[in-house]
Amino acid sequence: MTRSWLAPRPLAGIVLIALALVALPFVAALGGQAWVRIANFAILYVFLALGLNIVVGFAGLLDLGYIAFYAVGAYLYALLASPHFGLHLPFWAILPLGAIVACGFGVALGAPTLKLRGDYLAIVTLGFGEIIRIFLNNLNAPVNITNGAQGITLIDPLALGSFRFSGNSEIFGLVVSGPQKLYFLLVAMALVVIGVNLRLQDSRIGRAWQAIREDEVAAKAIGIDTRNIKLLAFAMGASFGGIAGGIFAAMQGFVSPESFSLIESVMVLAMVVLGGMGHIPGVILGAVLLTVLPEVLRYAVGPVQQAVFGKVIVDPESLRMLIFGLALVLVMRLKPAGLWPSPQRRRELAAGAQESP
Amino acid sequence: MTGGVLLEARGVGKHFGGVKALDEVSLTIREGEIYGLIGPNGAGKTTFFNCLTGLYVPDSGGFAFAGAVLAANAPQRAAERGIARTFQNIRLFADMSARENVMVGRHLRTRAGVFGALLRTRSTREEEAAIRRRADELLHYVGIADRADDLARNLPYGDQRRLEIARALATEPRLLCLDEPAAGMNATETEELRLLVDGIRRDGTTVLLIEHDVKLVMGLCDRVAVLDYGRKICEDVPAAVQRNPAVIEAYLGGGLA
Repeated sequence: MTRSWLAPRPLAGIVLIALALVALPFVAALGGQAWVRIANFAILYVFLALGLNIVVGFAGLLDLGYIAFYAVGAYLYALLASPHFGLHLPFWAILPLGAIVACGFGVALGAPTLKLRGDYLAIVTLGFGEIIRIFLNNLNAPVNITNGAQGITLIDPLALGSFRFSGNSEIFGLVVSGPQKLYFLLVAMALVVIGVNLRLQDSRIGRAWQAIREDEVAAKAIGIDTRNIKLLAFAMGASFGGIAGGIFAAMQGFVSPESFSLIESVMVLAMVVLGGMGHIPGVILGAVLLTVLPEVLRYAVGPVQQAVFGKVIVDPESLRMLIFGLALVLVMRLKPAGLWPSPQRRRELAAGAQESP
Repeated sequence: MTGGVLLEARGVGKHFGGVKALDEVSLTIREGEIYGLIGPNGAGKTTFFNCLTGLYVPDSGGFAFAGAVLAANAPQRAAERGIARTFQNIRLFADMSARENVMVGRHLRTRAGVFGALLRTRSTREEEAAIRRRADELLHYVGIADRADDLARNLPYGDQRRLEIARALATEPRLLCLDEPAAGMNATETEELRLLVDGIRRDGTTVLLIEHDVKLVMGLCDRVAVLDYGRKICEDVPAAVQRNPAVIEAYLGGGLA
């Protein structure tokens, strides 16, 4: 069934993937620590995209304001672990709190809006995302809570007791950089969220989500409390967004409202859709590609022009986004179900195409 | 064979704009019977179903089920109280397998939540196994056990109808409402359906049946109500309904009776 992509894989494959994951930060470091940071962001986005996948992929609710929960998590971390309020709580205390608070925001958004469907829900969630951002931008008066557009700086880096996830340290005679340590923490967390996704999908709740996605009226008629089950999807997705936000704040050491603009929501949604909605390996692929590709282009576009034409003709930054956009259009044109769709989603789309010629 | 009152509809009315789809319809269904609801196209049969199962809110009147008022506009509550239905235009979860369709039907009578799903506790695993077992039993019961792993959309038409019944039965209903289950079936399939519905009743579930196939209704139902232009024009045993002049006129048009 849904787990078949994992089940028949021989042990050797799993060992190979594990080795690759372990080796990656050291290989990436050959190109500079910047590449390790890019890998870290890729994993953070995997985390975020898998959270959104619960809402969009499993329950079929189009959420365009997902980044708001990420923002809530990030700001919560920033406020509780920075000189801004003089609080310095440890990250293992803040991240669960971030999940709970973001979950609360998810319920607050979901409860009044989940009667809406499709486009209408998308518009309301989009509005919600903007509201959060604008609040963050303006909550510096009369009481300075978020420090407005300047954002919050000097956020504590991740640390576990005396072990810090920043700066070099020597482990078993090997010098491991800050981003590399962070990488392993992120991989561990990503594995947890992958597990959560897998188990939810193959459960009573997961079946109810799928039923709602396929036919809400029939789902109601067999007694599924569609409102609560949809709310659950929203709350769970929001919690993951909140955790990811907290990690983001700690990684960057700085948050400001402009990190949480609409385009970020769109990017995360694009990862889910481009990879293959509802299909966990697809979503991971989508998140990694959409994080790494723009960075690769950033480094490649200028030098390639230099080599071919002898000078830089088009500004690398604009050409980068042009190529990126073109790639998205092509993928959606050629593989409408995503790069690595679940067998199921492929069927749904094929059937939809038959029904509406 | 039939017992006390299971469902009572009192003066149920529903209109869409100027059209009165249901006009003060009252009827009583007894525990253990097969109750037929017939009438020409557009007579309001499906509207009645939708009001009963909470998909529509009636403009007037209401329902009492098993002695207590049935909340309007609450399909989940109706299902929880023990009313299950099928749809005239089959509404299966097309991209789930036949077995999964029935497993979803167990949702209402099972409990596992998020933590159960995440931790796979023993009680969750046992519940999952029980859900699966029950689903397979029900597929066997309606006669499509061999199609358990097929996607609902790939089942032949008659099997889709059966699957919808199995899914409805999975909710452990006291009243099973079938909306034109024999539509589009040939004589053999209809006969098999008759046996199935009769068996469901014998196993203790009351059945409310909307049907166009008059032969099926007359052969199967204990009592029949006839709707015409949203009004109940007759309620009686099948033989008497067939002779009722108002019914003949409704079906064949004025002047012929």
